Amino acid sequence: MDSKTDTSEEFAGDSTEAGGSQDALKRAMAASTSATAAAPEDTDGGPVAVEIADLNFFYGDFHAVTDVSLRFRTNEVTALIGPSGCGKSTVLRTINRMNDLIPGTRADGRVLFNGKNVYDDDVDPVEIRRRIGMVFQKPNPFPKSIYDNITWGARINGYKGDYDELVENSLRRAALWDEVKDKLRQNALRLSGGQQQRLCIARTIAVEPEIILMDEPASALDPISTSKIEDLIFELKERFTIIIVTHNMQQAGRISDKTAFFMVNDKRSGYLVEWGKTRELFFNPKDERTEAYISGRFG
Amino acid sequence: MSEFATTNHYGTETDTRENISRRRTAGTIWRYVFYLSTSIAVMALVILILNIISGAFGYVAVKNTIEPETLSERGAPLTELSSEELIAILEANVSTGLLRRLNFEEPLAERSLDDLVELVRIRVVNPQIEETWNLFPSIFNRREIDEWMNTKAEPGTRLEFRVWLTARFIVSPQNPDPQFAGVRTAILGSLWMILITIVFAFPLGVGAAIYLEEYARDTFVNRIIRVNIYNLSGVPSIIYGLLGLAFFVRIMGPITSGAVFGASATTDPTGRTVLSAGLTLGLLILPIIIISSQEAIRAVPQSLRESSYGLGGTKWQTIWHHVIPASFDRILTGAILAVSRATGDTATLILTGAATVIFIDPRSLFTQFTALPIQIYQWSARPQGAFRNVAAAAIIVLLVLLLTMNAFAIIMRDRIRKRRLM
Ligand SMILES: Nc1ncnc2c1ncn2[C@@H]1O[C@H](COP(=O)(O)OP(=O)(O)OP(=O)(O)O)[C@@H](O)[C@H]1O
Ligand SMILES: [Mg+2]
Repeated sequence: MDSKTDTSEEFAGDSTEAGGSQDALKRAMAASTSATAAAPEDTDGGPVAVEIADLNFFYGDFHAVTDVSLRFRTNEVTALIGPSGCGKSTVLRTINRMNDLIPGTRADGRVLFNGKNVYDDDVDPVEIRRRIGMVFQKPNPFPKSIYDNITWGARINGYKGDYDELVENSLRRAALWDEVKDKLRQNALRLSGGQQQRLCIARTIAVEPEIILMDEPASALDPISTSKIEDLIFELKERFTIIIVTHNMQQAGRISDKTAFFMVNDKRSGYLVEWGKTRELFFNPKDERTEAYISGRFG
Repeated sequence: MSEFATTNHYGTETDTRENISRRRTAGTIWRYVFYLSTSIAVMALVILILNIISGAFGYVAVKNTIEPETLSERGAPLTELSSEELIAILEANVSTGLLRRLNFEEPLAERSLDDLVELVRIRVVNPQIEETWNLFPSIFNRREIDEWMNTKAEPGTRLEFRVWLTARFIVSPQNPDPQFAGVRTAILGSLWMILITIVFAFPLGVGAAIYLEEYARDTFVNRIIRVNIYNLSGVPSIIYGLLGLAFFVRIMGPITSGAVFGASATTDPTGRTVLSAGLTLGLLILPIIIISSQEAIRAVPQSLRESSYGLGGTKWQTIWHHVIPASFDRILTGAILAVSRATGDTATLILTGAATVIFIDPRSLFTQFTALPIQIYQWSARPQGAFRNVAAAAIIVLLVLLLTMNAFAIIMRDRIRKRRLM
């Protein structure tokens, strides 16, 4: 309670920092209600931020993802769900070309980011990753101080503002500031897992990407940390486009506007079963496999 | 109840206890085996160290060439004589050539009293070592020493306890008389050489490791390179010595002797210089540094690289800001071991021509030099027993030098590690 009072006193004038999970939850509910009221087709919402078209992905000879086509709209949260090994992480990592780092992989098809295929020869993957940030399943802060974790990405990308301000704002937005404000010089590895994950989110938003990819960001966290991260996603979607992989159906239901459901075919290759508005997909799925998975009958 | 709950495949409670105690017994036996191997290793080390220490101390039987009391008319001990008397003794007893040299270095009349006493003692009294004993015989076998003194010693022979490892031993240059020989030239030679080795091999080795781990693709050629680096690390140093002789000394002679830089005045025209030796030792430890650095870099988790790339880091930034700092303590560990190996290596130096008898300190990359292992090797091969004591003292110096260098590197490494994890 004390810390919250501190926060509001210090930042009384800051409207984006309306802090606290209560507000976020209300806003979340409002968001999902409006989603239900809208038309069922994927024609509404903001401009298309990323469009995946006929994506096939190979790890060497292994055809891991087959014929995926999907659209992600600006300022929306899209959840990727499906059983383990169905290629959710693979699809996510094709969007910012993270899979380039794995030798022997190949992506066929197109991933259009603002209309431009990220796999074109004239596209620099560094620019893609700078504009499409990523939060990994396992928290992976740098073995440096909390402060340096936030500033490193900003520094290499030519941030021109005040670094102390950047650190404070990023940590506040990631709901971590109160816990770490007295130990910014401490090594980030000494934070708890949930704090580390929020730090990773803070450092990602510090470079102000246009899109944030999250691969099961809360899978290793306790319910309190999880709900903090969910609140955070609500906050973030006002400024960013978010694509999140999750195994938690409730979580997908709570936080996402759109959901895409993946499965594996008989060759162990992942494919997209169906996608659309989260409400639609959860309460009125077109495909019976979707219904079975969501109701927990398999997967 | 399911079948799993009702059947027991592990026997009774007693069976369980027996099973556990059997496993415990096996564990205990292994613990003693490990304990034994550690003890044997420690014992071997203790024997080695005792053996070295034993050589560096002990009794010597000394006989003066001229008794000091006979030198002055008064029959007084040297320390009670005046400068004039000491100079007179020197002038009467040493050759004119030596006198001229001493006067040239510093006129006798201007020298301090202590200096003059020392000169008389070395040049005129000139004590000769008749026989030496190591520390352990000196302590435990006094009877034999006394017997030697009574039966074999010439009249005028004294028994003295000698500490071979002294400050004078460390700061004096090489000398044909074991009593006055020192390791200063060898220490400086070793330090110069090691510095060259580190400067040459460390950046090259770490650079190659970074290339092989971070840039090189997994092609056939690269795989052959990797395997060969592993093989090279096992090649005996004498072969590197041959390579160094052929390449650095002979082919690169004009460069390693400094001739092309106009440094010929102080140097050896053959290229048998500290530079050649340092570079050859650098080649010797290069594969070790490459391999240990590769392993260090490979131990950096992929997730660290991903977090760097994920924020828009370039490959170089990822390597420089994250991979190298995260692996640097391990890289240093490997380098420490490699440099220790180079410091003690002898075979390479014999071939690339570290001179054994050299009196002048190394002053540049292009000077002839000697190094501690060479000096030890050469002293141990001398017929006079006293040189073996000198060699033992030099071994202690070498070990202390190695320990100091290692301690320094380890402290540095631990500070780096701590800064990274605190
Ligand atoms: N680096 C890799 N090399 C080879 N195959 C891989 C690699 N990474 C993933 N795969 C394979 O690709 C398929 C899809 O993996 P992916 O990690 O995308 O699944 P996922 O849907 O994220 O699963 P999970 O929910 O368990 O994280 C799996 O069959 C997996 O074995
Ligand atoms: Mg995954």
